Amino acid sequence: MEIFGIPTQALFGQLLIGLINGSFYALLSLGLAVIFGLLNIINFTHGAQYMMGAFCAYFLFTRLGIGYWWALAIAPLAVGLVGMVIERLMLARLYKLDHLYGLLLTFGLALIIQGLFPNEYGTSEIPYAMPQELSGGRNLGFMFLPNYRAWVILASIVMCLATWFVIEKTRLGSYLRAATENPALVQAFGINVPRMITLTYGFGVALAAFAGVMAAPIYQVNPLMGADLIIVVFAVVVIGGMGSIMGSIVTGFALGLIEGLTKVFYPEASNTVIFIIMAIVLMIKPAGLFGTQR
Amino acid sequence: MSVVHELATSAASRAEGLAHQRIATVVMIAFFALAPLVAYPVFLMKVMCFALFACAFNLLIGYGGLLSFGHAMFLGTAGYASAHAAKVWGFPPEFAILFGTACSALLGLVTGLLAIRRQGIYFAMITLALAQMMYFFYLQAPFTGGEDGIQAVPRGKLFGVLDLNNAWAMYSLVFAVFVGGFLLIHRAVHSPFGQVLKAIRENEPRALSLGYDVNRYKLLAYMLSATLAGLAGATKVLVFELASLTDVHWTMSGEVVLMVLLGGLGTVFGPVVGALIIISMENYLAQIGSWVTVVQGAIFVICVLTFRRGVIGELGRLIGKPL
Repeated sequence: MEIFGIPTQALFGQLLIGLINGSFYALLSLGLAVIFGLLNIINFTHGAQYMMGAFCAYFLFTRLGIGYWWALAIAPLAVGLVGMVIERLMLARLYKLDHLYGLLLTFGLALIIQGLFPNEYGTSEIPYAMPQELSGGRNLGFMFLPNYRAWVILASIVMCLATWFVIEKTRLGSYLRAATENPALVQAFGINVPRMITLTYGFGVALAAFAGVMAAPIYQVNPLMGADLIIVVFAVVVIGGMGSIMGSIVTGFALGLIEGLTKVFYPEASNTVIFIIMAIVLMIKPAGLFGTQR
Repeated sequence: MSVVHELATSAASRAEGLAHQRIATVVMIAFFALAPLVAYPVFLMKVMCFALFACAFNLLIGYGGLLSFGHAMFLGTAGYASAHAAKVWGFPPEFAILFGTACSALLGLVTGLLAIRRQGIYFAMITLALAQMMYFFYLQAPFTGGEDGIQAVPRGKLFGVLDLNNAWAMYSLVFAVFVGGFLLIHRAVHSPFGQVLKAIRENEPRALSLGYDVNRYKLLAYMLSATLAGLAGATKVLVFELASLTDVHWTMSGEVVLMVLLGGLGTVFGPVVGALIIISMENYLAQIGSWVTVVQGAIFVICVLTFRRGVIGELGRLIGKPL
C-alpha cells in the first residue's frame, strides 16, 4: 500500500517519530511558557534540566536499582528541587533587572551543567533499558506500534492536559494567572507571591525532567542531549507565541508531526523545517500563532 | 528597555569623555602594534579577530539594545564564503575577504528583516534559531566539507605583491582590519545615525513619534554589526587557513556574548578586553577539556549576579570617566 508514492509503513513510522518528538516539544515548550508567564525569564537551562532528568533516572537504576516507574516520580522531584534552589539563590536577584539578564544567567548555568557531566561519564551515549511492562509492541494492521512509544505520547498528552487544567480551571491556577498580570496586587491579597514563583519555576523544571526520564529509553542518555533540542524548542515557542498554555501544547505536537512528514518527503530539510516555519510565521504574524505582542 | 540602560548612560553617550577615549584608543593601538615583539603573533591575531567580532556584537547590544544570540552565523558565513572564494575560485585575499564580508552583510539583511520584528528575549531566541538553521545548512551543504571544514585555505598575495605567508605581512593585515573596523564603529556611534540609535534604545515610542523610521535604523545597525562580524570571520579564516563548523555553532554565539559581558556591555573598549581575557583563558585551559565550558558558564553567572558593568565598565566608574 502506498500514499503519494511512499510506502504506508514508512509514512506512519515517520509520523509516529514525529509525534514522539512533538511530545517532547510540547512538554518542554509548556514548561518554558509556564516559567515565562510568571517569571518573565526564558529558561535557557531547560535543555540541561531535561538532560538531568534522564541522568537522574540512569543513576537511580545503576546505583540504587530503582526502576523506571519510580524514576518517573523521583527524577522530576529531585531536579525540580535543584531548580527551586537555583531560583531562590540566583534568579530571584534578577527580577528587577532587564529580562535579558535572566537569559544570560540561565545560559551560563546550562554551560556549567553540561560541562560537568561529560567530565565524569564521557560523551558517549549510555543505554537505559525500557521498563519490562512496555517492551514489545502491537500490530495495528497498517503499521507496527511499539508499546513504549505509545506510552510516551499518551503520558505526554495527559501531562500537558493536566497542566492546562490546573492553570486554566482551578483556584490555584487563577492565583497564578492573576500573579502573571499583576503580582503586587495579588500579594496585597495575602498570597505569598515569591513562594508561588519558586514553586512555579520548580514545576516548569520538573516538567523538563519528566520529559528527560521518558526520553532516556529512546534517545539514550548523553550530556548534550538537551543542548540542540532546546534551540528547536525556542523556535517552537516563537512560532506558538507564549500567550497561551494550550497554544504551546498544540504547536509542539503539530511541529513534531510536520517534522516527521518532512523526513518522508524531503529528508534534507528535516533539520531546518521548524526554523523555516518560524521565519514564515514571523513574516505573517510576528507575535506567534497564539501569542499577543507584549 | 535595554540591558545596558543603566550602564550606557555613563559610557559613550557623553561627549566630554571623548578625550580619554582618544588616549585609550592610542594605548590600545600601540599595544597591538608592539605586542608581537613579546607575544606569539598567531595568538594576537586571533585576539584581534575576536575583538572585532565582539565590537560588532557590542554595537548591536550597546547602542541598539538588541541582544543577538546568533552572531556566529555571520562569523561562519563570511568564513566559508571567503575560504571557498580563495581556495576554489582562486580569489586574491583582498577580494576573498570582501566577498565573505558581503555574504555576511546579505545574510544580515535577510535575517535582520525577520529578527527585528520582535524585541528583547524574543529577538535573542529568533537569532539563535536562525543561526542554528544556518548551522544545519552548512553541516549538509556540499561546499563546506561537513565536519572537516575547508582546510588549507591559501593566504595568497595581498594586492598581488605582499605575500601573506609571511607572518609579519599577515599580522599587519589583521592589525589594519581590526583598527579600521574599530574606528568605523567609533565613527558610526558618534554620527547622527548613532545618536538616533541611542534614542531608539532609550525610548522607542518617542523616537517613532519624532518621525524616525525605527525599524530602518534597527535594520541598518543589525546589518552593520553583521558586516563587521563577517569581516572578522573572513580575516580569521585567512589567519588559520581553515573554515570549520566551530565558527557557526551556537557555542560561538555564546562565546561572543561572554566576551562582551565580561569586558563591559556598551563600553567602547570592553569587547576588546573581554576578547583578550577569554582567548587567553582558552589558551591556558585548553588541556583540561570540557572544564573550559564550566569556567565559561561560571564567568557568565558571576558577571550577571555581581559584575554587570564588566571589567571596563568598573574601571570607567573608578576613574569617573566612560571608557
